[in-house]
Amino acid sequence: MFLPFFLELKAAKIPVSLREYLTLLEGLDAGLVTYDVEGFYYLARSALVKDERHLDRFDQVFGHVFKGLELLGGESGVDIANLPEEWLRRLAEKHLTEEEKKLIEALGGFDKLMETLRQRLEEQKGRHQGGSKWIGTAGTSPFGAYGYNPEGVRIGQDEGRHGRAVKVWDKREFRNFDDSVELGTRNIKVALKRLRRWVREGADDELDLSGTIRSTAEHGYLDVQTRPERRNHVKLLMFFDVGGSMDEHIRIAEELFSAVRSEFKHMEYFYFHNCLYEGVWKDNRRRHAEKIPTLDLIHKYGPDYKVIFVGDAAMAPYEVSHAGGSVEHWNEEAGAIWLGRVLDHWKNAAWLNPSKEQYWDYTASTAMIRKIFAHRMYPMTLAGIEGATRELSRRH
Amino acid sequence: MRFEGTAAYVADKDLMVAVNAAIALERPLLVKGEPGTGKTELARQIAAALDLELVEWNVKSTTKAQQGLYEYDAVSRLRDSQLGDAKFNDIANYIKPGKLWHAFTTDRKVVLLIDEIDKADIEFPNDLLQELDRNEFHVYETGETIRAMHRPIVIITSNNEKELPDAFLRRCFFHYIRFPDVETLTRIVEVHYPGIKQNLVRAALTQFYEIRDVPGLKKKPSTSEALDWIRLLVADDIAPEDLRADPKNALPKLHGALLKNEQDVHLFERLAFMARRQG
Ligand SMILES: Nc1ncnc2c1ncn2[C@@H]1O[C@H](COP(=O)(O)OP(=O)(O)O)[C@@H](O)[C@H]1O
Ligand SMILES: [Mg+2]
Repeated sequence: MFLPFFLELKAAKIPVSLREYLTLLEGLDAGLVTYDVEGFYYLARSALVKDERHLDRFDQVFGHVFKGLELLGGESGVDIANLPEEWLRRLAEKHLTEEEKKLIEALGGFDKLMETLRQRLEEQKGRHQGGSKWIGTAGTSPFGAYGYNPEGVRIGQDEGRHGRAVKVWDKREFRNFDDSVELGTRNIKVALKRLRRWVREGADDELDLSGTIRSTAEHGYLDVQTRPERRNHVKLLMFFDVGGSMDEHIRIAEELFSAVRSEFKHMEYFYFHNCLYEGVWKDNRRRHAEKIPTLDLIHKYGPDYKVIFVGDAAMAPYEVSHAGGSVEHWNEEAGAIWLGRVLDHWKNAAWLNPSKEQYWDYTASTAMIRKIFAHRMYPMTLAGIEGATRELSRRH
Repeated sequence: MRFEGTAAYVADKDLMVAVNAAIALERPLLVKGEPGTGKTELARQIAAALDLELVEWNVKSTTKAQQGLYEYDAVSRLRDSQLGDAKFNDIANYIKPGKLWHAFTTDRKVVLLIDEIDKADIEFPNDLLQELDRNEFHVYETGETIRAMHRPIVIITSNNEKELPDAFLRRCFFHYIRFPDVETLTRIVEVHYPGIKQNLVRAALTQFYEIRDVPGLKKKPSTSEALDWIRLLVADDIAPEDLRADPKNALPKLHGALLKNEQDVHLFERLAFMARRQG
């Protein structure tokens, strides 16, 4: 009966396994919590989440799934037989790992699992007259945008005791631990720190002349000393997509990289719109007057430059795939060709995408660009930035 | 068997739910949090509250899982054999039981603390999976099987230095102890120093949190440092208003208890210097 909850946790990319879900059921069976939603929340959290970075996502899913928490008076509205089974099955198909599917098979298949859950529920109803224990969903719930609208989920609870207080999970106390939330003013400091660290770590060693002389004199043999170079060698080109709905987010990335600009050996940035074509510009107000040929950049900046594109990669597919596909001008060659050229020249490249990762697959152009980038597309989150910088540090 | 907290330990409801789940379902409880958040103390308090023996296994970077089961002292046996000591005939004389062995074989249930598991090798947690799962292990040298007569309550702590393997995590209940907020820390102080003056605690903790917020500290002072510092303040009869007597002196009174790191002390001296120049 808590299967929707479990599956939504999976959908939110919290690495819960069926094993842990069964542990939670076992805990409920053992009567670890009764009549107490807060207790249930703590038990579920302790059984299902093993990393503080996921606690905030857990809180959000919990709040979302159990939104309709209220006292269940009597049997009204509970129709367990009408669990939206087809929907559950499809969701399970999508989110369960192979290992878990096998485990379900071992337990007698999905039908059997549903049957067991149902039985367990019946038993509980029998044991607790009035049904005020862990009752599942009212089967008539409409399905919402996220797949399943759990408005009808009700859990037995003493009315009044926790009644109107702010729910613990709604306090979102673990927000700061999640490194997959979008970059914003709140975590930009941390992002900066990580970026700086990356820049520093990328530094090469340089010859420490006075150290070498001292050490050679001491040891009597040539003892070459090196020290980390103070200024870093990293050279970076950045391309920002401007003029779309994501401008706000893209500016955050721009601010972020500008802030560490002085630490790079060299850093330049350019603007484009939607997709890269034959020209880019440096001043957004004069974008049409002062275009810089993309080919010039390829000639000017050597292959030792690292390249980051920032944009949502969301556009009409032909803006990527066709000559003349651009919405702003006539492009002789397709955007895909230009992206390919650039990636051929600069092997260390990544694309930062401020739109939510879960939508990437649904936008054809995003999938196309991601493929062109050989999957080096990262969300604009702390974890994403870290992934991108790691990728950029790889030696080719 | 339920843990309801103790008079000497401040436990929130979420922690208690996690502990009781681990006890009831006989799974290990993994407790994570920055140093000084009371992870080790928790195991001690559970043992005290339930009146059980505590078996402490302190993990170091060199600790191997096998050492928790038993160690076979082949060197002593070789020596004994050469000295003609008849003892060497029985290999069992050279099997040295480890903490897990001990925890499995005492005649009452015990609390087994595996402290700072993240210090060890990345393989360490996985190497213990089977033993903790089945509550038994095999001694190859003697052919015997050590089986838990009473499954221990297993508390495992981590300071988050390393990621732990998924297979291990899936078998545990998990609790993350956040650094306490000022109300909770006040309660913790009161538990340690009953009857302490409210306004001293308030003044001290205000300053304590300010210090924790200073950017660039190598080691943020934790609960233990707060407790030590407050004990010194009390012993020295320092009045709350004296804590802030000299605004130009950024170093807190008796700062040695709070800032244990040379660099951090320097950082504060620099701040003080800057404050003087401005003032
Ligand atoms: N919740 C708490 N209640 C009472 N004392 C606490 C609490 N948390 C921490 N302490 C005290 O803080 C000190 C550090 O705790 P400890 O268990 O050693 O921390 P950790 O193992 O997390 O590094 C101990 O003296 C302990 O008594
Ligand atoms: Mg400790």
